[in-house]
Amino acid sequence: MTTNLHFEMVRGLVGFMVLLLLLSICEAASFYQPISDSHRSAALELFSPDHGSFNSLEETYEALRTFDILGIEKKPNVITAACHLISNAVGSSSSTTKDLFYALKANSIVKCKINDKAFQDILTRLNTAVNDASSLLDFYYSIGGLVLIKLSSCFYFPPYVLIHCLAMLNQSSNADVHLTNADEIFHSVKAFSQSDGRWRYSSKNPESSAFAAGIAFETLAGVVSLASSELDQSLVSTLNNDISKLFDSIEKYDDGALYFDDKLVDGHDHQGPLATTSSVVRGLNAFAAVSDGSHNLPGNKTLGLANFFLGIGVPGDAKDLFNQIDSLACLESNRQGFPLAFLMGSIPLIFSLPFTVISLTKKNSLQVKVNTVLGSNAPPLTVKLVGAFTSGSKDASLVESQELVFDAGTGLHNLNNLPKSIDVGSYTFVFEILLHEPEHEKVYVTGGQKKVPIFVSGLIKIENAEIVILDSDLGSIETQKKLDLAGQSDVSLSANHLQKLRVSFKLTTPCGLAFMPHQALLKLRHESKVEHIFVVGNSGEQFEIVLNFLGLVEKFFYLSGRYDIELTVGDVVMENSLLRAIGHIELDLPEPPEKAPRPPPQPADPYSRYVPKAEITHIFRAPEKRPQKELSLAFMGLTFLPLLGFLFGLLRLGVNLKNFPTNAMPATFAILFHVGIGAVLLLYVFFWLKLDLFQTLKLVGLLGVFLVFVGHRILSYLAATSAKLKSA
Amino acid sequence: MAREKSSKDNAKALFHSLRSAYAATPVNLKIIDLYVGFAVFTALIQVVYMASVGSFPFNSFLSGVLSCVGTAVLAVCLRIQVNKENKEFKDLPPERAFADFVLCNLVLHLVIMNFLG
Repeated sequence: MTTNLHFEMVRGLVGFMVLLLLLSICEAASFYQPISDSHRSAALELFSPDHGSFNSLEETYEALRTFDILGIEKKPNVITAACHLISNAVGSSSSTTKDLFYALKANSIVKCKINDKAFQDILTRLNTAVNDASSLLDFYYSIGGLVLIKLSSCFYFPPYVLIHCLAMLNQSSNADVHLTNADEIFHSVKAFSQSDGRWRYSSKNPESSAFAAGIAFETLAGVVSLASSELDQSLVSTLNNDISKLFDSIEKYDDGALYFDDKLVDGHDHQGPLATTSSVVRGLNAFAAVSDGSHNLPGNKTLGLANFFLGIGVPGDAKDLFNQIDSLACLESNRQGFPLAFLMGSIPLIFSLPFTVISLTKKNSLQVKVNTVLGSNAPPLTVKLVGAFTSGSKDASLVESQELVFDAGTGLHNLNNLPKSIDVGSYTFVFEILLHEPEHEKVYVTGGQKKVPIFVSGLIKIENAEIVILDSDLGSIETQKKLDLAGQSDVSLSANHLQKLRVSFKLTTPCGLAFMPHQALLKLRHESKVEHIFVVGNSGEQFEIVLNFLGLVEKFFYLSGRYDIELTVGDVVMENSLLRAIGHIELDLPEPPEKAPRPPPQPADPYSRYVPKAEITHIFRAPEKRPQKELSLAFMGLTFLPLLGFLFGLLRLGVNLKNFPTNAMPATFAILFHVGIGAVLLLYVFFWLKLDLFQTLKLVGLLGVFLVFVGHRILSYLAATSAKLKSA
Repeated sequence: MAREKSSKDNAKALFHSLRSAYAATPVNLKIIDLYVGFAVFTALIQVVYMASVGSFPFNSFLSGVLSCVGTAVLAVCLRIQVNKENKEFKDLPPERAFADFVLCNLVLHLVIMNFLG
């Protein structure tokens, strides 16, 4: 009885250990490149600590794990920064469960020293947290923390000793890292599940997501491994149903990549497909460690997920890089000395080619690489070329089935002898991977036949190139010049509108067949930069274009003069594509008639639209002829006449200054009043002569204030005087 | 013949009565009337000049004419306010009206000088 119990416990422990190690490791089809040095340099760049410390414990943990998986050596400053953050979090009594969780996770990698008292303290806090937990994330952090604590003392041993370490642990005082009410906790977490495979975060919030599902699986796996007594197996197997339901909602790209995405638009926690899929992968990985392996993922699913993660390339964001690397490490868990039965599914093997162009001139051989997702070596296998077909054709294969030669030094499979029947062009090569050992068939997944587009390039022979001026009616040759398209050629021709221009050449592939390039164009450019482009047609090998100037006169806008001739022959598989100025032709066209279309205006300089525009000047009314000075002066004199009339009239009326105040004070004010008005009028004269409005306004303001004051005094005095007179 | 004579006489009689009535107006009102007449005549001369030589700097013409017209209008306002027979303005002291007249003229001429160019 006791031995059985002991065995169960050890099994639980082993599962738990595997879980932890898988967690700690957590280091397409079109074909994507496996993880390479570009990921390593991206990791170093993205995860560099600012001023010697990371922003948060979560980031610290992500950085450490990424470095660990990619095999990047951790610099001392990184380790010190991490240990500093971890010890702060562990020692402080105000850190949240989340902080403790990430601190312990980070610690599982850097293995900083934490004293026993602190451990006991955290243990108590986590136990309380488990009992007080109400939402999914509460359970996740607290259970996860407990799992990490349980294994903390075993970190210092290499993996294969861990099992013994755990066995010893069980008998030691660490027995209090057990969950006595594992059943209840399991049920509480399971209550967050939904029938569509998604999980909720809490009972109050109806939002559900696949991201939460991944978290839930990890949490439940932790519960199973921490259970002090064996949990009811039926509970664990119900999770299999949840996993199947979740996989019903998996989405697919055309190239076979599989991923999970949550369609929450308003949810504040909307994670993208990368974060969601990697959460699910982590959860499944954790669950696989504690389950009996009956629900491991089939090969096509792991391959699809691997293709999704590899298809991202090198992410530019630290969290994305962590998610990618961590998930790929979960998909490939092939550590030495490790029982392979605890995998979550078959390990995908990634087929990639360093380059897809074979050059017939350089005679390079096609190379193929087969690796695991993290770029490690694949198990012994052979790559076979099953067939080669011209792109888009369904004819029989052009090559016989052959095996590629494996070079153990470089780890590449080489296709050394390409049959002579392969000419220049684009092809589809079909490859197949054959594993050497039969038991590897269950462990690895290769993804069937691979169709790869391959380009075979070579030098195309251009022969018999010539340019000819023909007489329109008779077709007789007036000028004929040979063109040397390989080197320089600069012909000088002249023609009028009654003649024709013909350019012809022959193109053959290295195997002597006719070749049809993507581009065969002739361009004529006038000295005023007006261009005309013509496509060179062909019949078999012979390419020829005839320009009948009689018909083209209108298209050329009747522009006579010098036209530069340029020939373009190009294709993706043509190694000697050319874009060459052949020479020029003096074209004599008739005069344009009245209604002929004008050529479109050519931009002098493409950047000229960005230069500063001309300054806009106001268009004043055109000055008209002014009258003679004498006339103007005469009228000016005439204008003064009414003034004289006014003064005369005043005298006639008997205007006098008798009412001018005689007392000193009022007299001064009166004088000042008149002086003030005079000053304002003088100011206006100056305004007209030279001042501007603002200066004038300033001065008018000042004078106005003075005037108002003075005027008020004198006028009120006058008013008082007249009132006195009236009453008297 | 008698009718013609009577209309001519009537006109003459009307003219004489107007003249005598006008003589009764206070002197200060007569001064203002003179001023208005002076302003209007100046404006008329400017209009004649423009009619003969063309309105080329139109802004100058406008400012000249409007200066005259404006000051005439202000003078008329002053006359209304100062006239003792005008019951509406009986509480307004004439000095106050004169002060308004001076101030408004100064503002008008500032604008005119600006517009003169």
